[in-house]
Amino acid sequence: MAEMDTSSSGGHKKGPGVKKGKKLSTRIDLTPMVDLGFLLITFFMYTTTLARPKTMEINMPYKDPNLKQEDMNKLKASAALTVLLSKNGHIYYYQGIGDDPNKPPELKPTNRKGIRDVIIDKIKTVRDLKNSGALGVKDEATILIKPDTTSTYGDLVGMLDEMTINEVKVYAIVDITDIEQGFIKETEVANGIK
Amino acid sequence: MPHAKLPRKSTHIDMTAMCDVAFLLLTFFMLATKFKPPEPVVVSTPKSIAETPLPEKDVMLLTVDNKGRIFFAIDNKNMRQNLIESIDSKKALGLTKEEKNAFTVDASEGIPFSMLKSYLASNPEQQKAAEVTAPGIPADTAVLAPTNDLAVWILAARETNPMLRICIKADGKASYPSVQKIIKTLEGYKIFKFNLITDLEPLPPGTAIYEDAHKGDAHK
Repeated sequence: MAEMDTSSSGGHKKGPGVKKGKKLSTRIDLTPMVDLGFLLITFFMYTTTLARPKTMEINMPYKDPNLKQEDMNKLKASAALTVLLSKNGHIYYYQGIGDDPNKPPELKPTNRKGIRDVIIDKIKTVRDLKNSGALGVKDEATILIKPDTTSTYGDLVGMLDEMTINEVKVYAIVDITDIEQGFIKETEVANGIK
Repeated sequence: MPHAKLPRKSTHIDMTAMCDVAFLLLTFFMLATKFKPPEPVVVSTPKSIAETPLPEKDVMLLTVDNKGRIFFAIDNKNMRQNLIESIDSKKALGLTKEEKNAFTVDASEGIPFSMLKSYLASNPEQQKAAEVTAPGIPADTAVLAPTNDLAVWILAARETNPMLRICIKADGKASYPSVQKIIKTLEGYKIFKFNLITDLEPLPPGTAIYEDAHKGDAHK
């Protein structure tokens, strides 16, 4: 590699008493400079790619207080799955929408990992029901996400992400009811979750 | 016996050309890089598989930190000027010209309207110190609640630029009710489409989306 020539003192000597002026080469070793250049390039390349944050687009269901009851699509209970997000990443779910006061929904506890299989199962069940004619062609597996007041934003994003991952076409974020909060408490006690 | 002499080649390479290239690239990256705008608080966003990049301009950024404090920011300086005029007349804050100018150069706000005048009147160092202890912009689940300062911010910003995209950048540990306040306020204005800023995560194998993404691979 190109480097500074400082070896003029070695080699052939002209004899005793003969002084020779040092001849310095004008060549400079550029290797460290190249190293530095590439180091900086690497830094800038990394920062540019990281500077553009990624976003998740979200469409909330259209809500209007003037909307008439008969204009709304009625959700079929057999196509629905309700997911309740609770504290410390605990997730509870039940089939249907839990609107029947005589038959309280049966909550099952799970977590972020377990919910994926539940969702996949639900999609399969709805597909089978559609094939057998129990559900109309237009019906889709619908997931209602109800975050409890104790849940975090991270839980919600995780759940929304789960919708994209499993390609759930219809889902909504719905407010949790006091009754459901009561159900969560009961299930927590029954399963010994703190 | 005569010895065949092989020409001895030097192992030295001229680095000048390589150095030129390196610095050319360096210059390019330095000019092309857009540095992150200063952030009011440190927020670690949750992970998701979403890949849509954040729009370049016309972004209203609502930051929520892990304590649930809400910060409001828009990037365009000209818009900030119009925005503060609008806020000033809406809430009758009686801001002076200097205070309005202070607003245009400031990055983000995280204080109620009652504190805005004294905050803008203070110097930049004091503002920075104030932001650490800032209570965040008050919000409510009802849009028209008198305490819902965030609703006024959003309305004024939308009036100055109807093209604004609303992005929520919240910490993964922020409690849901604090984010719910923002979502409810947006819904109150009939804004049902907005973006959530997340970190990128790889697609989990064996799921529907993963299969879709790799469907093309098998045919190749």
